[in-house]
Amino acid sequence: MCLIVAPSDLLVCLCCQMRFLLLFSRQGKLRLQKWFTPMSDREKKKIIRDMTTMVLARQPRSCNFLHWKDLKIIYKRYASLYFCLAIESQENELLALEVIHRYVELLDKYFGNVCELDIIFNFEKAYFILDEFLMGGEIQETSKQVVNRCIESSDMLQETMEEYMSKPAF
Amino acid sequence: MSPSVPLQEMIRAIRSARTQCEERGVIQRECAAIRAQFRQVDNGARSHNLAKLLYVHMLGYPAHFGQMECVRMIASPRYSEKRVGYLGAMMLLDEKQDASLLITNSIKNDLSHSNQYVQSLALCTLACMGSAEMCRDLAPEIDRLLRASNSYIKKKAALCAVHIVRKVQDLGELFAPAARSLLSEKNHGVLHGAVVLITELCERNPETLERFRKTVPDLVQIMKGLVISGYSPEHDVAGISDPFLQVRILRLLRILGRNNEAASDAMNDLLAQVATNTDSTKTVGNAVLYETVLTVLDIKSESGLRVLAVNILGRFLLNNDRNIRYIAMTSLQRIVGTDHNAVQRHRGTIVDCLKDQDASVKRRALELSLALVSASNIRSMMKELLLFLSSCPPELRAQAASGIFYAAERYAPSQRWHIDTILHVLTTAGGDVRDETVPNLIQLITNASELHCYTVHKLYRALLNDISQQSLVQVACWCIGEYGDLLLRGECQETEPAQVTEDDVLDALETVLQSHMSSPATRGFALTATMKLSTRILDNVDRIRSIVSIYGSCIDVELQQRAVEYNALFRKYDHMRAAVLERMPVIEKNSPGHTNGESAGEPMKEIQPPKVKQGEPLLPQQPANQVCDLLGLLGGSEEPLQPSPAPGLSLNTASTAGGDLLDLLGGLEPTPPAPAPTVTVYEKDGVTLTLSCEKQSDSVLTVTLTASNSTDSDMSSFTLQAAVPKSVQLHMKAPSGDFLPARGAAKVTQMVVLNNPNKVNLKMRIRVSYTSQGSAFQDTVQIDSFPGLSAAGH
Repeated sequence: MCLIVAPSDLLVCLCCQMRFLLLFSRQGKLRLQKWFTPMSDREKKKIIRDMTTMVLARQPRSCNFLHWKDLKIIYKRYASLYFCLAIESQENELLALEVIHRYVELLDKYFGNVCELDIIFNFEKAYFILDEFLMGGEIQETSKQVVNRCIESSDMLQETMEEYMSKPAF
Repeated sequence: MSPSVPLQEMIRAIRSARTQCEERGVIQRECAAIRAQFRQVDNGARSHNLAKLLYVHMLGYPAHFGQMECVRMIASPRYSEKRVGYLGAMMLLDEKQDASLLITNSIKNDLSHSNQYVQSLALCTLACMGSAEMCRDLAPEIDRLLRASNSYIKKKAALCAVHIVRKVQDLGELFAPAARSLLSEKNHGVLHGAVVLITELCERNPETLERFRKTVPDLVQIMKGLVISGYSPEHDVAGISDPFLQVRILRLLRILGRNNEAASDAMNDLLAQVATNTDSTKTVGNAVLYETVLTVLDIKSESGLRVLAVNILGRFLLNNDRNIRYIAMTSLQRIVGTDHNAVQRHRGTIVDCLKDQDASVKRRALELSLALVSASNIRSMMKELLLFLSSCPPELRAQAASGIFYAAERYAPSQRWHIDTILHVLTTAGGDVRDETVPNLIQLITNASELHCYTVHKLYRALLNDISQQSLVQVACWCIGEYGDLLLRGECQETEPAQVTEDDVLDALETVLQSHMSSPATRGFALTATMKLSTRILDNVDRIRSIVSIYGSCIDVELQQRAVEYNALFRKYDHMRAAVLERMPVIEKNSPGHTNGESAGEPMKEIQPPKVKQGEPLLPQQPANQVCDLLGLLGGSEEPLQPSPAPGLSLNTASTAGGDLLDLLGGLEPTPPAPAPTVTVYEKDGVTLTLSCEKQSDSVLTVTLTASNSTDSDMSSFTLQAAVPKSVQLHMKAPSGDFLPARGAAKVTQMVVLNNPNKVNLKMRIRVSYTSQGSAFQDTVQIDSFPGLSAAGH
C-alpha cells in the first residue's frame, strides 16, 4: 500500500479508487476476482475468505456498506451472485453502487439476461468486459454503448483472425 | 463469439464432481493434459488450454506452471492468443514475479501495433500489473499515445499514465502538459481519464496543484454543460447526464478549491446549481448530490451554500433508503464540530435513527447523538439515550454507557438528576461500565449532601432488587455503610421512606457478603459497610461483631485482613471506633471532566464554584485531597490500621486535614496566601481586578483574584469564570461572595488552583460578569504572564 504523507492540507491516502472486485455465489464459491493493487496469493486468499464470511452473514435488508480495515466494502446481491467492491475510505459509496450496477448491465447486454451459469462457463468474457469498463482501479468508459461496441468489435476480430489463419476453431 | 468448447466441457466435468476428492482428481488429470499441451510447439488449441488453466486457478488450485505459457501467448501474432495471454498475465503474474519482466518487450511492441484492440490489451495489462521498471521504460510511449491517437486509445493511455504516476511519482511532470490539453476533448471517456489523471497529479504534488488551479473555469464549464444539457442517450443514467464524470469533476474541484478563496469563489455558483437541480429520486442523483455536499463542506464556500449542503444531508436523513441515511450520518459526523448549529437542527431525525433496525445505522446514530448533546437539550437527549441503552446491541453498550456518563458529567442540570442517571445506567448496563465509575459516583454522592437520604434509599431498593451488577452493588454497600442511619430514620423528603429495621439492612449486606455472584472487591465493600454501621445503629452491634469475627478466618486474604483489623477495633481500640468510622468528608476530584480545559474554537466553559452550604458538617473547600479511601482516615490520629495514602496531585497545603475536620466553621474565606507580588490585570468601568500567585509545588500554582468596585453604585451577581489551555487543570474555590459594594467598600476574592504538569505556557482567560443598576455586564480579559513566576519556568 502506498501511503505518501503530503502537506497537512492534502492528507489523502494515495492509492487507486477501487482495490478489488469479487463475485461469489451464495455458497461462497468464487466466480470472478479482479485485484487492482499487487498482493500476494496468501493475502488474496485471506481477503476472499473474509469477504465471503462478512457479506454472507449480513441480514437481508441491511445497509449495503461495510467497514473492513481501512476500506469501505460495497456489496450487492443480484439473483444468486454477490458483487463485492472494495473502495478507499474517502470514496463515494453511492457511486460505487452505480459502478456495480453498470457492470451488471454490461454483462446483461452481452449475454442476454445474464445468470450465474453464463459467468461460470464464460468467465474469460466476463473479464474482457470488465477490462473495457474499468482499468487500474478507475472507470475507463462511462458510456454503455461504447463498451458494448468495443467488445463486439474485439470478438469479431478474434473470429476473423481465426478464419484468416484457417485453423479449426475448436 | 463462439464459446470455447473444450473449456466448457472441462468446466462441466469439474462441476459434476460430487465430492472435493473427485474434483481434485478431475483437476489433476486436466492439469496434466494442459501441461502436456504446453510442451507441444503449436496447435490451434493453445488459447483454450490457457483458459482452462485460468479457470482451475480461480478455483484456488496452483497454476504457476502456466506463467511461461502466458509470456509465449502474448508474443503470438494471433489476436485470440494474445487476448487470453494478457488475461493470464494479469491473473497469474504480478510485478513480484520474474516472468513479468519478460513481457515488457511484447507490451512495448503491442503499444505501437496497427490494430487498436491489440494496443488496448497492452495498455490494460500495463495499467494492471506494470512494475516501476516497466513504467519507467514505457512512459514516453504512453505520453506519445496521450497526444496523438484516437479517443479509444487516449482514454486508456490516460489511465495507464495514472498507474505510472502511482508507481513512479517523478514521472508526473512528464504527463502534466498532455493532461492539460486533454481537458478540451469532447469524448467523455477521454475527459474522464483526463480528470482522473489531473486529480492524481494534483494530489501528489502541491506545485502541480497550483498550476492546475487555472483549470477551474474550464471544469466549471464542462460541468455546466453536463448539468444543463438535454437528454443524451449515450451517457444518460436515470435522467442524469454521465454521473460518473460529474462525480469525478466534483472531486477534482474539491481538491482545487480546498484552502483557496479564489478557486472556491469560482465554483460557488456551479455547486449551488448542481445542488438545487439534481434529481434526487434515484440513487444515481443522490450520488452526485452527495459528492456535491462533500465538496461544498470541504472548500471555502460561503455560508449560504454550506447551509444548503447541510440541508441536503438533512433530507438524506429522512430518505427511505437505508444506504442514504447511513452516508448522511457519516457526513454529519464529520462536520458536527465545525457546523454544530446546523447539525443540531436535525437532531430529532438523528435520534429517531437510534431505533433503526440496521446495526451500522444505529452505531452512527449513537456517535452523532452523543456529539449533539448540549446543556439545553440534555434532559430530552438523555431520555432517548437511556432508552437506547436498554435495547441496544451488546457491542455498542460500552460506548453508549461511557458516552452517557461523559455527557451527564458535562451538562447535568442538577445533582439529583446526575445521580439518577448514573444509577439508571448501572442498573441497565452495569457490566459494561469502566472501573472508575464506582469512585466517580461515590465522589458525586458525597458532594450532593442534601441528597444523601434520597440516594441511600434508592440504592437500598436497587440492592434488594438485584445483586448481580457489581458496580451498583459496590456503590450501594458504600452508601449504606455511610448513610445507614438516614435509611433507618424512616423519613425522607425526596422519596418514599423505607420502613426498615436494622436487621433488614444487615441482612442485605450479609446477602452480598455470602453471594457467589459478588466479586472479592464487592465483598470488601460489604464488609466495611457492615463495620461502619456499628457506629450508626443502636441495637445490633453484637451481630456485627459476630459477622466480623467470622470473616477473620476467611480464605480471601483481603477480607481476612480487614476482619482481623476490625476485630481489633472492637476489642482493643473501642474508644477510637467512633472517630475512625465517622462520616467521610467531601471528596474532591481533580479529573479533566470537572476542571476546565480550553477546547479549540470554544470560547469559555462555565465553572460553577461549589456552593457553600450552611449546617454542613464539613467544608467543601478542603485543601486535603485524598482519593477515595474507605475508612476516611485523615491522618492525625494514631491508628494501627493502614494510614491513608494521599496519592495523585499534591494540592495539599501545609494544614493538617485532621485539624480541619474539627474546625467546623473555619472561615468562609480561604486563608490568604503569603504576600506575593500583586498585579492589576483588569481595570474598566470602575471594576478593578488584581492577581497574585504563589507556587505550591513544581507544577501547582495558586492564583488569587481580588475584585473591587470604584463606581457609585453597587454591583451584584459578580462572578468570575476562567479558562486555561488544554493540558492545564484548573480548580476554582468558592469566591468570598458575589456582592461588590460601591466605592470600594469591600472586595471579593476568588482563589484558583492551577496544575500544569506538562509545563506549557500558562495563560488564563477570565470572564467578568456582574449586574449594576439593573443591567448585566460582561467582559473578558486574557492574562499571559503571571507575577511571581520566573521568566523561563512556570
